[in-house]
Amino acid sequence: MKLTGADIIVEVLLEQGVDTIFGYPGGTVLNTYDSLYKYSDKINHIMTAHEQGASHAADGYARATGKTGVVLATSGPGATNLVTGIATAYMDSVPMVALTGNVGTSLIGRDSFQEVYIAGITMPITKHNFVVRKVEDLADTIRQAFRIAQEGRKGPVLVDIPKDITAAECEFTPQPVAPLSAPPAPKQESLEQAAKMLNECERPVIMFGGGVVSSEASDILHELMEKADIPACHTLMGAGVVDYRSPLNVGMLGMHGYVIANKAVNEADVVFAVGTRFSDRVALNPNKFAHRAKIIQLDIDPSEINKNVHIDCSVVGDVKDVLQKLLPMINSTKRPEWINAIQGWKASDYRPKDVEGKLRPHQIMNIINQNVGDDAVFVTDVGQHQMWAAQFCKRTKARSFLTSGGLGTMGFGYGAALGAKVAVGDRTVVHITGDGSFHMNLHEGCTAVSYDLPVITVIMNNTVLGMVRQWQTSFYGKRYSSTSPERKTDFVKLAEGFGLAGYRAETPEEFEKAFKQALASGKPAWIDCRIDKDERVLPMIPAGGSFDDIITE
Amino acid sequence: MPTNKEVFSILVDNHSGVLARVASLFSRRGFNIDSLTVSATNDPKISRITVVAEGDKDELEQIVLQTAKLIETKQICTLPPENSIQRELLLVKIAADETNRSVIREAAEIYKASIVDLSTDSMVVELTGKPSKIDGFLAVVSKYNILEMCRTGVTALQRGSAVM
Repeated sequence: MKLTGADIIVEVLLEQGVDTIFGYPGGTVLNTYDSLYKYSDKINHIMTAHEQGASHAADGYARATGKTGVVLATSGPGATNLVTGIATAYMDSVPMVALTGNVGTSLIGRDSFQEVYIAGITMPITKHNFVVRKVEDLADTIRQAFRIAQEGRKGPVLVDIPKDITAAECEFTPQPVAPLSAPPAPKQESLEQAAKMLNECERPVIMFGGGVVSSEASDILHELMEKADIPACHTLMGAGVVDYRSPLNVGMLGMHGYVIANKAVNEADVVFAVGTRFSDRVALNPNKFAHRAKIIQLDIDPSEINKNVHIDCSVVGDVKDVLQKLLPMINSTKRPEWINAIQGWKASDYRPKDVEGKLRPHQIMNIINQNVGDDAVFVTDVGQHQMWAAQFCKRTKARSFLTSGGLGTMGFGYGAALGAKVAVGDRTVVHITGDGSFHMNLHEGCTAVSYDLPVITVIMNNTVLGMVRQWQTSFYGKRYSSTSPERKTDFVKLAEGFGLAGYRAETPEEFEKAFKQALASGKPAWIDCRIDKDERVLPMIPAGGSFDDIITE
Repeated sequence: MPTNKEVFSILVDNHSGVLARVASLFSRRGFNIDSLTVSATNDPKISRITVVAEGDKDELEQIVLQTAKLIETKQICTLPPENSIQRELLLVKIAADETNRSVIREAAEIYKASIVDLSTDSMVVELTGKPSKIDGFLAVVSKYNILEMCRTGVTALQRGSAVM
């Protein structure tokens, strides 16, 4: 059948199993929006307040489901507003397809109205990108974009489509989704070497990250931990992957990780890194990190091997596939001495205390945890609240803690939470943010209202840019340069202005009451939680430091 | 770690924008490019990029692995000098009149370089060879007044019947 380019875009999205996209209309995507109008019974379009919010929403949708998130924007500023969202997805290996309109082919290169070379701009922050030059190439290009986004290490792909291509017609034949090519098979000798190292060591530690989520490998990882009695810690991206109640899960490591997790890695004789990339927030000092250990790294991306730290044994392949192959090669064993030693450190780990009459971050997290089930999804912004949320999030399954890890994007949370809410339906979505991050994209409150998305936003409001301020306190002689903006924002009134419910809490009791009310209302709500501006995130290992530098008070 | 120079031969899709993508990757990752050439190949769908880059062992390995990840990269390999032919072309314009023309011509003859242009006060010399030969010739003529020069950068193929 003969279709316009705009209809082809929507047909291919449907062919790829897409039922929801996020976006914002504009001049060069008018034809595409006209097709979305026509296909509105088959495809759901969520319009945000700002394209950045749409890009984070597509990202949140993808993180919550594992499906590819789709975002659509117009040319020029519409496209450039996606950049932060695309880079966020790229850094955390989230599958996303970004579709941008561009000026008509005859206007390209003439500095036309709302023209930018978005393919050039997004080259270093996408797995790949395309500019469609003929309508005949359109369908296959979008199909390829979906394949690239999902294949191997996942990530964002951008397809830029000039306006005339969306108006032009050509023959279109629907196609079934082509299966992804198989991930690289791990080398047998690498598997044998890894198994030998894990079988012969005395103090092994697993450290896992986002790769376990992408590969849907939580269960097999837990099985391996139990069979070989190996304690495991996780990066920020690995939060929730293994049930926090598992006795072998020793929690988060890294700059703001638990003492016990960092110490376990520091004392280990073998560290098995699973789907994680030794970022500078984990291996803060690559020369001293896990210095007593031989390191085994399992990753789907061969370029991650030896990138940041020296690896003794590498296994390149899909996490789930490799762990399935490795499991029968691993001896079933018990390591009481090593496990007891680690459990012994737990007692001396950092634990925040309640203070009478004050609302403290750990209390906020505990109250949230007590009032939502294991099914709830937590979405954070970036800063102190993000670290508190990660430290006390008590998640039991993958895809239930969504956060911008690699790029550290303040303003990520609200869009991502709305995208996640669209994806998970009846499950509770809690957006945990700080007043700094929230100010960046709080206008998405209007989107929550438009689509009646009952996301509960918990603002840990300390009136300052807490994380930067904490560094200024510790390392810059308390010179608080531009971290105390003296804003007078009234989040309760602002919420009401958007048509949202707004609450304020200054004590744990007030917070619990507000949170319960918000939850029961089934409506989008903001809760302004007043916390002390001198709250610090602890423990902390300063940038470039090692376990010996850990600060706990 | 000690650094080395390495020649990389990269087969890529012959699309517009591929060179930008490879150059962007090198620049973003902080890989140092000594020279870079791009040309068509016997297959019109494929171009060959030859890059000379410098780095320690880990950096050179990262260059291979990161470049291989680009969707448009078909293949990348390193070309060690003992196993490849590496050539470069030099054009150098030297200020020369009747007083020094013959000494420059003599140097050119020894290096098997050709004089491809002559005017009353200048000459242009063309030389093809291994980069080290070009360096050697330039060292000799640098005592004269070099007006301008251009080197193509290394182009290379592996020896024998093996192909990428």
